[in-house]
Formats: sequence, C-alpha cells, structure tokens
Amino acid sequence: MADHKPGFFTRWFMSTNHKDIGTLYVIFSIVAALVGGWFSMMMRHELGDPGVQLADNGHEWNVWITAHGLIMVFFVVMPGLIGGFGNWFVPIMIGAPDMAFPRLNNISFWLIVPAFLLLVASAFVDGGPGPGAGTGWTIYPPNSGINGHSGMSVDLAIFSLHLAGASSILGAANFITTIFNMRAPGMTLHKMPLFVWAMLITAFLLVLSLPVLGGAITMLLTDRNFGTTFFEPSGGGDPLLFQHLFWFFGHPEVYIMILPAFGIVSHIVSTFSKKPVFGYLGMVYAMVSIGFVGFIVWAHHMYTSGISVNTQAYFTAATLIIAVPTGIKIFSWIATMWGGSLSFPTPMLWALGFIFLFTVGGVTGVLLANAGITSMLHDTYYVVAHFHYVLSLGAVFALFAGYYYWIGKISGRQYPELFGKIHFWTTFIGVNAVFFPQHFAGLQGMPRRYVDYPGPIPPEHLQGALVNPIEKIQWILAQDYGMHLWNYISTLGAYLTGISVVMFIILALYTQFFGRRVGENYWNAEPQTMTFEWTLSSPPPFHQFEIQPKVK
Amino acid sequence: MNKSSFCMKILSIVCVTLFLALTPALAQEAEGSSATENVVIPESNPINVDELERIVPVPTQFGFMPAASSRMERIISFHDDLMIWILGGIVAVVLGLLLYVSFRYRKKKNPTPSSTTHNVLIEIIWTAIPVLILIVIALPSFKMLYYLERVEDPEMTVKVTGYQWYWGYEYMDHGNFSFLSYMIPDDEIDYSKGQKRLLSTDNPVVLPIDTNIRFLITAADVIHSFTVPPFGFKKDAVPGRLSETWVKIDKPGVYYGQCSEICGTGHAFMPIEIHAVTKEEFEQWVLFAQEEFAFYDGEYGLNGPISIAYNNLQLEGVR
Repeated sequence: MADHKPGFFTRWFMSTNHKDIGTLYVIFSIVAALVGGWFSMMMRHELGDPGVQLADNGHEWNVWITAHGLIMVFFVVMPGLIGGFGNWFVPIMIGAPDMAFPRLNNISFWLIVPAFLLLVASAFVDGGPGPGAGTGWTIYPPNSGINGHSGMSVDLAIFSLHLAGASSILGAANFITTIFNMRAPGMTLHKMPLFVWAMLITAFLLVLSLPVLGGAITMLLTDRNFGTTFFEPSGGGDPLLFQHLFWFFGHPEVYIMILPAFGIVSHIVSTFSKKPVFGYLGMVYAMVSIGFVGFIVWAHHMYTSGISVNTQAYFTAATLIIAVPTGIKIFSWIATMWGGSLSFPTPMLWALGFIFLFTVGGVTGVLLANAGITSMLHDTYYVVAHFHYVLSLGAVFALFAGYYYWIGKISGRQYPELFGKIHFWTTFIGVNAVFFPQHFAGLQGMPRRYVDYPGPIPPEHLQGALVNPIEKIQWILAQDYGMHLWNYISTLGAYLTGISVVMFIILALYTQFFGRRVGENYWNAEPQTMTFEWTLSSPPPFHQFEIQPKVK
Repeated sequence: MNKSSFCMKILSIVCVTLFLALTPALAQEAEGSSATENVVIPESNPINVDELERIVPVPTQFGFMPAASSRMERIISFHDDLMIWILGGIVAVVLGLLLYVSFRYRKKKNPTPSSTTHNVLIEIIWTAIPVLILIVIALPSFKMLYYLERVEDPEMTVKVTGYQWYWGYEYMDHGNFSFLSYMIPDDEIDYSKGQKRLLSTDNPVVLPIDTNIRFLITAADVIHSFTVPPFGFKKDAVPGRLSETWVKIDKPGVYYGQCSEICGTGHAFMPIEIHAVTKEEFEQWVLFAQEEFAFYDGEYGLNGPISIAYNNLQLEGVR
C-alpha cells in the first residue's frame, strides 16, 4: 500500500498524526532551548566578573533568570521528553496506530506555541520595576503581586502558564487513555516497555499536579487584578499558602521531567548491553513509588520559610525515602550492563553520563533533604548546582540520549558517529565545569538569583571573556576575599557548553539533510531487548502497523 | 510624622534624659557602695572595627564559612564528618562500578551477553542497604534540626524587618531603639578601612558574644531572607508572619550575610553586617546607639524619608 501523506500545510499545521506532532514538539523544544540557553549564556557572562556589566540592573537580571527557568521547564524539557519522544514512541511501543485522541493531541501542541509566545512577550512589556517579570520561576507573592510587579508582565506570564498547563493536562489525558486502551494483544501492564511505564506515571503526575498550579496562579491573578487577598497579608491572606500550592505542583514537576528520562535511559542501556533490563518489576515499581512519594515531599522547598520544626522533620524523613527507589534504578542500570556485551555509540555515552551525573545530583539531594543543613544551603548556589545536576545534566542528557538513539528512526538518517562523540565530550566537560564549582560557591554562602557577588572588581585589562584565563585566575587568587573564582570557572564552562550547543545544531542540520540512510533495526537490537519501533522502517510509515503486532 | 507625636518624642527624650541623670544618684542611695562612676554616654561609636576580624568568603574556599556559633559547628560537623563521606562514597561506588562494567563487559571482551534478568536477593540487598544509610543520616539530622530550631531562654531579642532593599533592626530589650541598615554603594566603599564591596553596610548590627540572642524576623513588603552563614541560620522574612531563630556567638568579629530570597531589583544589594563584641563593649554601644538612633521610630522615623531617598540614590549608584 502506498504511503500517502497530506500536503505541507495540512500535514504540519492541522496534524493528527502522532509522529508528525512528535516531530513538531522536538523542533519546538530545540528552538525554545536555544532561547532559554541564550538567557543562561547571558547570565553566566554577567557572573563572570563581580559588578553589574551586561544587565541594566537587578530587575533585568531577575527577568533573565525567570525566563530561563520557565522556558527550560515548560518549553524545553517537558515538550521534548513528553510531547516529543512520548508522542513518537508511546503509540509505536505499545503497537498502536496512533494516540487515542489525535485532535486533542494536535491542540496540545498548538496551545504550547502561544504559551511560549506569551512568555516571550512578557519579557518585553512593563513589569513594574522595569520591562519583564522578575519574579523567579517560582513567582512567589508578594513580589509577584500587584505591589511587587505592578505591570502587565506577570499577568502575561500567568496566562502563559495557564496555556502550557492546559496543553500538558490534555496531553497527559491522551497518554493515559492511549496506554490503558490501545496496547497490542498480549501486552499486559507488566510487559509494557519501561519508557511507556515512565510516560504513564508522568501523565498521572501531570493530571494530578498541574490543576493545583492552575489554581494557585489563578488566585494570584485575581489577587493582582480583582482585589482578592488570597496571598496578601493585609487582607488576611498568607504568602506561604502560595508556596504550599506551588510546590505541591512543583515537586511532582521535577519528577515529571526526570521519569521519562529514566525510561529512555533504560532502553538505551538495555539495547547496547544486549541484555533485557535487570529487575524490570523493581524498575516499574521504583518509578511508581517515586511518583507517589513525589507528592508528599513538597515542603522541603520551604524549610526556611518559617514552617514548624515538626513539619520540617516530617518532610526530611519523607524526602530521604525517595533515595531508596532512585538507588534501585541506578543499581538496576548497572546490573543491566553487568554480564552484557557492551558497545558505546553516542546514545550509550549520554546514558552513562546521565547515570553518573544523576547520581551526583542525587546525593546532593540527599544532603539537601535534611532540614537542618538546608537552613544553610537553601537558596544558595549549592541548590542551583543540585538541580542542574539532576535536570540539566540529567533530563537534558536524556534528551540528547533520546535524540541520538532515535534520530535515525525519526528522520531515516543517521548522525555522524565521531561528531556525536565529540559533541558528547565537549558538553560533558562544559556542563561539569559550569555546575561543579557552584557547589563550592553555595557552601561559601553565595545566594541564588544574584546579579552581583562580593569580590573586588578586576582591573580593566582582566575584565570580560576575552582575557588570558590563567592570568585572571592568578589575579583572583591574590585577592583576600570574594566569590569570584568559582563563578569564573563556571562561566568558562558555560562558554564551552555554548560552543557545544552550536556543534549540536550543525550536527542536527547535517543529519537531517546529509545523514546516512538507515534501515529498520540500525542498532541491531537483539530479540531480548526489542521494542516495536525497531520492526518498522526508518522513518516509519505515515500510518504504522499494517498487521497488528502481538506480544507472546 | 505629625506634630503631636513629635512633641511626644521630645517629651519622652527629656524624661529619659532626666531619668538617666537621676539614676546614678538613686542607685547610690539604694546600694550605698557601688556605682560611684557616672554612666558616660560615648560620643562616637565605641566599637573599634579595626580590632575585629572580618570573616569573609575567600577565593579558594571549598567548604562552609568558618563557624562562629555552636549552631554552625554542628552544621559543619554534620557535613564534613558525616555527609561528605557518605555522599562521596556513594558517588565513588557508582563511578567505580560503571567504569568496571564498561571495561570488563565490553563487546570485545564479552561477546555473548548473559541472560540474567533478575536476582531477588541482590535486589533486596540494594534496597535494604540504602535504608540503613538513610537511618544513619536521619538520626543525627533530626537531633541537629531540633537543636537549631529550639529557641531556649533568650537573653535578648532583636527584631529584624526586611524592606526593599534594606534591613531594619529593633533592639526590643534595650530601650527599643531601632535603625535601618543599607549597603554601602560601590563608589563609597573605602577599601582602606577594610570595607567589603556588596557586604558592608552603613549601620552595622552590633551584638554581644556569649549571649543567647533571639531574632524575630518579618518583612514589610515582599519576602526576604535573613541569614548570617557563620552563625548557621537562615530564616525567611515573610510579610504578615513572625519567624524566630537564635544564636549564641562564640567569638568577636565582623560577620556578613546577604538576603537570600528573591525580592526584586535590589535583591543582591541588601547585605547584613554584624559586629560581634564583648558584653561590656556591647553595653557601651547600646548607650551610644540609644542616643544615635533616638529619633528613629522603627519604620519611618525622622530619618526615614531621607533614608529612603538615600536608598534610591544607592540603587542609582549600583545601576
């Protein structure tokens, strides 16, 4: 049967095909990553030296960090992992022709585009102290209230989150329905590929947590515009109420970003070890318990906010417990490799990088779980380092791993292997140089979200990026105080990471247009690690599974 | 400030002055022997900052700020003596295993993969061992937490209020005088006096050592966060709420902290500078401060509007 496709406009703008929508999500995620990444480059450049150089003032800086955080969370990691790879591979892996609700799928994507535009617009309209919303991604009132930010900008950001939230809830409902109803005959829940399990749990977290965020930001909206005082102490409200609501969403949100990554890494480790995943059931129920416990630990983001000591003790205990299922996953991946026949193409390097760096981010998480010590580390760069190790070096590594693993399947063309490996190593060195020194800055006490930090301003000839780093470090070491050294090393790492991003864009474009064409099972996945995507051509036909697959 | 309350202030100052003048005489009458010396109010700040060690972050510092209180000692000990070994150990084990399997089971060395899919015993082991490790962490952690959060028998109380973008301090047990504390802008920093850019303030907080000090912390506009790393506390200043924490400072010195909750344009520019001195020096300073800050009434005293204008000028400066 001929593989017919609709015309360009119908295909890409009115799509109901899960693979095309997945492709749109992947492209969207990459574009948003470049915007969000640009903000981080400006931030690191600003912090390369003490003093305020690149930003006009503290407010502009706050707008950058807010935009960076919201973009990376809502418009890069979520669309990339869930909308992109989820859409592409969940239906294929369960042997379904498409998602359960194709038009719902379409509107999920087309809601996130205006959401992104609203957020970008919010950076340009008046926020109050200046253009843009400088609230941090946590948008805590009263700073995000009408007194802290009197302009329209925060309202636009709230609308942006409304749309992004609606998009995610619709997408999640779609995933749940698809996974529960459209599995191939014989694929019981306990035979489902781990990536599908991860997406199922993620979808449940989305459906349960995002409405709480929606409620919180709607209350903030009415506080700002219609005179309610949910979070306004002068009217009997409580700023901490917002924090509780926000983190009731916000903590599951971090698992929403990392669970799909767990799924992708499981498949990659298994494929390149030529062994099925070790302890499949343990892996599944580790994810289920992470998802469940993820809902009852939210106030560990609020240890210093003045909550009672017993509350802090409870949240310390609950948070520590998450280390157990996470440990099970790490050890199971290693056990999957144990006794395997390992090869190390680029996706495997990213997956191994993920396991190691996620472990580093995980153990600092165990430290931060302790309310007592977090009374020192809360809101310092230690926390910044921690969550970038689990998200930037965790979730984003999984995004890259998924890209290298599946781009042959998605585009029908394979990336150049050597170039891919160079990209991995430059990124690996770059991001570690960015984030590892931030642990030390945090222990020193450098607070988060600071446009400027203590330390003497360097002489003219040592300012900025284009100076001899050795001479500059010698100068820094000669000073008697300051937080300059770790920040400077971090900034150097950011430049290297920036270069590796450019390399990735070149690689992606090259792959798309000149990559070597590949067949259906280009990784030679063995029968024992096989998932359905390797039984289809690369790229798969517009409508897959002419014969319904079965699971024995 | 309206006229009548201003008159009240003048009146109260007169009363206080009369009272202070009469006190030595009354005391002498009561006790007969001691207090022949008059209370001399220092004309200038009796604290000599140059004699105090400034505790600042240094470029090569890998760990916490040095402790100046039992709180911070416990935190540092929890980190350096326990956590760093556990965390380092876990990372080393995982990295070691990853490198080992990557080398030992590479395709060239091990062409045929095993078909193991699970092993209940080892799965139970790697569930149970982390649980034990967590118990080892949790017990000292809870002990420390309850120690840090318990405010016991405070000998004095200081109320701290966060503003955009400065701090206000009220000495509730010393005549309730109060003052505001602004960062010294970059162009006014005097390095020769040892002032530190972004850390030094115009009105440093002075506190006695070896005293249980309670802080009551709140904010007037948005959320701020009050912290002094060598003292080992950090508490958010939340409008409409009063949080408390405590410290007993071990040694004299100049200690710094910085606002730790995003609060707008000047978030990075509202540091906390604390001069910890002996009890005697503190008493002297209190006498001085009661005079110096007599006209403040906590929020918007006589100097209030001027201070706010000054604050704006400062922000212009750092912009």
